[in-house]
Amino acid sequence: MPPGTQIFDFSWVGGHLGQIVERILQHLELTIPPLILGIIASLALAVWAVRQPRVYAPITAITGLLYTIPSLAAFAALVPITGITLITAVIPLTTYTLLILFRSFATGFTSVPGEIIEAAEGMGYTRRQRLFRVELPLAVPLMIAGIRLASVTTIGLVTVASAIGGDTFGGLGQLITEGIQTFFPTKYLLGAALSVLLAFSADFLFVRVERLITPWARVRVGAG
Amino acid sequence: MDGVIAFFTDPANWTGDTGIPHRLFEHLYISGSSVLLALLVAVPIGLYIGHTNRGSSIAINLANIGRAIPSYAMMVIPLPLTLTLAPILGYDTGFGLTFLPIFIAMTFLAIPPLLVQTYAGLRSVDRDLVEAGRGMGMSERQILGRIEIPLASSILVGGLRTATLQVIATATIGAILGGGGLGRLIFDGMLQGVVGYPSLFAGAILVSALAIGVDLILAWVQRRLTPRALRAPRRGATSSPASVVGGPDLASPATGGTA
Repeated sequence: MPPGTQIFDFSWVGGHLGQIVERILQHLELTIPPLILGIIASLALAVWAVRQPRVYAPITAITGLLYTIPSLAAFAALVPITGITLITAVIPLTTYTLLILFRSFATGFTSVPGEIIEAAEGMGYTRRQRLFRVELPLAVPLMIAGIRLASVTTIGLVTVASAIGGDTFGGLGQLITEGIQTFFPTKYLLGAALSVLLAFSADFLFVRVERLITPWARVRVGAG
Repeated sequence: MDGVIAFFTDPANWTGDTGIPHRLFEHLYISGSSVLLALLVAVPIGLYIGHTNRGSSIAINLANIGRAIPSYAMMVIPLPLTLTLAPILGYDTGFGLTFLPIFIAMTFLAIPPLLVQTYAGLRSVDRDLVEAGRGMGMSERQILGRIEIPLASSILVGGLRTATLQVIATATIGAILGGGGLGRLIFDGMLQGVVGYPSLFAGAILVSALAIGVDLILAWVQRRLTPRALRAPRRGATSSPASVVGGPDLASPATGGTA
């Protein structure tokens, strides 16, 4: 940074709002599909693991292994195969959600107390009814907690995707990268601040969602 | 794929400052030093909070905030400061660009899992045992050193495992700032386009192997430190006994530390 320049130039921000909004939207476009894919896959895996407990350990081991691979390496490993495309970003972003989501979903399902399941059976619920009317609703708080953590993690990982996505699907990470390459602090600090803000917003959003869809938890707190 | 094999068998890639051994050394050096600094900061605080149960909610909340900050963002936030301070403190500007901000980010990212798991580990110790120790006339220091830390050790290593993997992954991203380490094989390859694919792919393999290798070693240590009766029958099921704070998975995703 040349001496005498401001660290943060607010007038630049005002003049480039369009570009900034576009990067935010790109960031969301990269965050949401992997989350949805991850939720669907983890839901299926968790239901499978609840019905067949012996698959729990292998699923945890495999999703854990995928989670251990550093994100830049995962993106890079796919570049020679899928090129500089959205798929290259979406595949690792999805697999990274699996460990968190699978574990929270499976824990959610199995944390339903035995007497509640017995009560449901006593009322003549079929296995399917029990899953949808008893186990799923009671698992919701833990599931949302998992989705919350997965969304925050994914938002962070999307910033790294700019290293391979560049201009095409860089998201807020691209603001950071361009700012560094041009020695322009306003741009990289803005990219960093917005990505932090996005992560916190997602976190906050899911706390609200959890409160909204589990009214019984609120009642209990109110009564106690 | 032939290109990748050629990359690994080319002697030029095994020597000099851009060779694989030197890049590996850089990666281990920055990762090791930041984990060490984070340990020095986080463990005493975690031990204090865990032993006294004072200030736990503040620490856990701070740690959760730390976890929400994307690592790439964390790396550039200190950048204006590290560049500005270079002439003042008399270090090289390159050091302020390619080492210091990455090192600071990695240290800050390693503190939350270490702090939370140290706290969680100590809180997981049966209070009756602590009381028994007190009844036997042990000092608080002895209770900490002879009861709490030994019983919590596998959870403490769980925190070290999460922190180390987070750090190894972040060091990889440091290549974007021009930092050393194996991430450079990826990033330098990336900049060359298709010609650089072998370097890119080789870098991805090496970084993944490093992360998985370190994870396996620490998982083994963690398992060794787990009291025999509490060990899970198979490796896959061990994940971590650390789900003490804030429900399962929230305290930490147990394994790994993607960044």
